Amino acid sequence: MTGVQEAITRAHREEWARVVASLTRRFGDLDIAEEAAAEAFAAAVERWPADGVPPNPGAWLTTTAGRRAIDRIRREGKRGTKSREAQVLFDDEPPAPLGAIEDDRLRLLFTCCHPALAVEARVALTLRMVGGLTMPEIARAFLVTETTMGQRITRAKAKIRAARIPYRVPSAEDLPERVSGVLTVLFLVFNEGYLATGPDTDPLRTDLTAEAIRLARLLRVLLPQDGEVAGLLALMLLTESRHRARLSANGELVALGEQDRGAWDAALIAEGHRLVRERLAAGEPPGRFQILAAINAVHTSARDIRDTDWSQVVALYDQLVRIDRSPIVALNRAIAVAEIDGPEVALGSIDGLAVSLTGYHAYHAARADLLRRLGRSNESRAAYDAAIESAGNTAEAAYLARRRDQLAKSCFNASGLPIPSLP
Amino acid sequence: MQYLLSVINDSDDEATQDEQAAIDVFNDRLQTDGYWVFAGGLPGPSTATVIDNRGDDAIVTDGPFLESKEFIVGFWIIEAADLDVALRLATDGSKACNRKVEVRPFLTEADTK
Repeated sequence: MTGVQEAITRAHREEWARVVASLTRRFGDLDIAEEAAAEAFAAAVERWPADGVPPNPGAWLTTTAGRRAIDRIRREGKRGTKSREAQVLFDDEPPAPLGAIEDDRLRLLFTCCHPALAVEARVALTLRMVGGLTMPEIARAFLVTETTMGQRITRAKAKIRAARIPYRVPSAEDLPERVSGVLTVLFLVFNEGYLATGPDTDPLRTDLTAEAIRLARLLRVLLPQDGEVAGLLALMLLTESRHRARLSANGELVALGEQDRGAWDAALIAEGHRLVRERLAAGEPPGRFQILAAINAVHTSARDIRDTDWSQVVALYDQLVRIDRSPIVALNRAIAVAEIDGPEVALGSIDGLAVSLTGYHAYHAARADLLRRLGRSNESRAAYDAAIESAGNTAEAAYLARRRDQLAKSCFNASGLPIPSLP
Repeated sequence: MQYLLSVINDSDDEATQDEQAAIDVFNDRLQTDGYWVFAGGLPGPSTATVIDNRGDDAIVTDGPFLESKEFIVGFWIIEAADLDVALRLATDGSKACNRKVEVRPFLTEADTK
């Protein structure tokens, strides 16, 4: 990559959200902001190789995009958008104070993640407006056609305009709930990268996890005091730290206990642990993401699966159960309980979850594993079948299939008599 | 900016005394705080009549234009700065009348370019 191309890529990564956010504030319209920002970056691709990279790429892009936006508004103004033209006449090239720019990106995030929008629309809008991903990239990320994704984003922008979804940081009263809405969107993006769904995609999508981490870092810069923001970022970093060890050479997912811990990313772990320690020192009651981050901190502190402080993990899940009664939390707690009290106890505690988690692959996978450890091979095999059936991730299905087939082999020796499976 | 807050229910049972008292308190607040434009309650959809005068003769049909399990039993029209304000009012309105509330913006001049 040439120096200019690198500069353009870097400017896109660092400046896209800033440009869209400041244009949205100035012109009060996401559509205009998005289009003008895209045109400004296209102009950079065209001009920078010949003219050289401007000394302040962000300012160049903002100015260029601002001019494109005014051009468009003047064009449309002739077709009757008088109010917009008036606004532009009074607001040509306003000086943007530095602090306000930071606030603009926060405003943009809150608007894109507004609870009045459908969840898929929030995810798509955030990736487009804040993340700067192109429409084809977002469509590919969620395995829908570009037309569908385009309509989803267009409809969301139309609703923002027509229903007047505000462009501002919510009031103190609404803030915790709205921040949690933004975190949910970022977590959805991350999870799709962590365990991608569908037969036609890579099983691990580091493009999506990296994007989610980038957005979480941005949110952390904008809301440095928020414990859950720090918690989600730490959770993402500690999860991402393991990604090189999560996929085997033949494309199977590798379980936590079987991962090569030397392949974990020490820098990401150190950063994640720092954040977890910071939250512990704050002494505030932790939210869901902070507890999940702490659980991951325990796992990433153990150099070997046998060194894992399982009682600490269970204690953290107990804390999580108190604020999050979801059956998925109960399932994960049971998996940790099995390491202390044995598979029989754990199996007893997940039986009650069958009704709510019957379509959830991880429930069947956990049951299959517990049954395998209890030597109940036939039931285990049936549970593996159910897990493979509902697994959306190809690498996970491959892993589960191998475990199931090993079960078949280890149950019968040459004489056809059952032998106990290895511990 | 005006919003239509439609009250949705699956029966045309009138508000109970407690509900009516809560609705009165909410209405007073809308008026005091300057959000109030108009409001009203509606009897069940069986009282509706549909007129179609797009053709040569006006056709009169008994009943609502759409049979549905849930229907509008009342509404508020409010003046609010943005959707966040409207949603907060709708949240309180839903609690007061003990029914679901749908929030819809009115078209503005900017929408009809």
